[in-house]
Amino acid sequence: MKVYVLIFVMAAVTYIIRALPITVFQKEIKSKWLKSFLYYVPYTVLGAMTFPAIFFSTGSILTACFGLFGAVVVAYFNKGLMVAAVISVVTVYISSFLV
Amino acid sequence: MTKLKDFTKGCRYGLPIALGYLPVSFSFGMIAVANGISPIAAIIISMTNLTSAGQFAGINIIAAAGGTIEMAVTQLVINLRYMLMSLSLSQKIEKMSIIKRLVTAFGITDEVFAVASTVPFKVTFPFISGLIAIPYIGWSLGTILGAYINNLLPKSLADAMGITLYAMFIAIIIPTARQDKKVLYVLLIAVAISCIIYFLLPVISSGWAVIIATVISSAVGATFFPHKEEN
Repeated sequence: MKVYVLIFVMAAVTYIIRALPITVFQKEIKSKWLKSFLYYVPYTVLGAMTFPAIFFSTGSILTACFGLFGAVVVAYFNKGLMVAAVISVVTVYISSFLV
Repeated sequence: MTKLKDFTKGCRYGLPIALGYLPVSFSFGMIAVANGISPIAAIIISMTNLTSAGQFAGINIIAAAGGTIEMAVTQLVINLRYMLMSLSLSQKIEKMSIIKRLVTAFGITDEVFAVASTVPFKVTFPFISGLIAIPYIGWSLGTILGAYINNLLPKSLADAMGITLYAMFIAIIIPTARQDKKVLYVLLIAVAISCIIYFLLPVISSGWAVIIATVISSAVGATFFPHKEEN
């Protein structure tokens, strides 16, 4: 039973975090500084989540580097999320037999 | 009619996210069961939380029979970044009712946010519903498969799939960073801070590291490279 209490706490905390700002800030923010700040958030948050975590995502830093390289090449030529994901996984998979 | 069109469009944008979720939620299901959590509980966690890092941390606490305060604080720290995302999305979505906002809020994940905040149009409720629904199905389905069919994938392939979501993040940030040099500089600051914290200040958890790096680098960006809006 205790498991379900913990699950409830998990879900409730996570939901409240997500729900508060989007319901409280219904008007357009006017501050130029805050607007610029929010413009950069998607990129900085994804960058901070990706590095350095990506290097430890495959069980081998070397294969992760190959996978990162694959993803960067695909992203550079703007081929979309799915292609980047598939190429990256395939690169890691193949390189895991070589290293 | 445009509502249906928006919804299908959202589903289309959501499909790659759902496919990326499959291996992650699959391994979540597997690890949860390996930690002594019942398959049903694992599936309930995925269907009520819809967050990767928080759930992995959560099963560690459940497995260690941790307390509710510990659980609440851990989830708060790991998931605090959703607050920034939710705030950012509040400016990107069209005018919608509280109920619709409350529904949207449930589906704010890193990937849904990444797509919703960077599409070149105002986000409508039907669009974001589709964008959330398909990944939600993928996340739940992956957990079910992982919880009931352990060791289906060879380990080398399962390991390789660990990179999926990061590859998607890279595919989102690089095209914009190529076009807008300011984004590139601010992004490099975020990456530098995140790496410094990871390697030099290991006492700071990864959840906090992301928040600190995001806030400092975005503040530097807003102060020194204010963004001019096109419209």
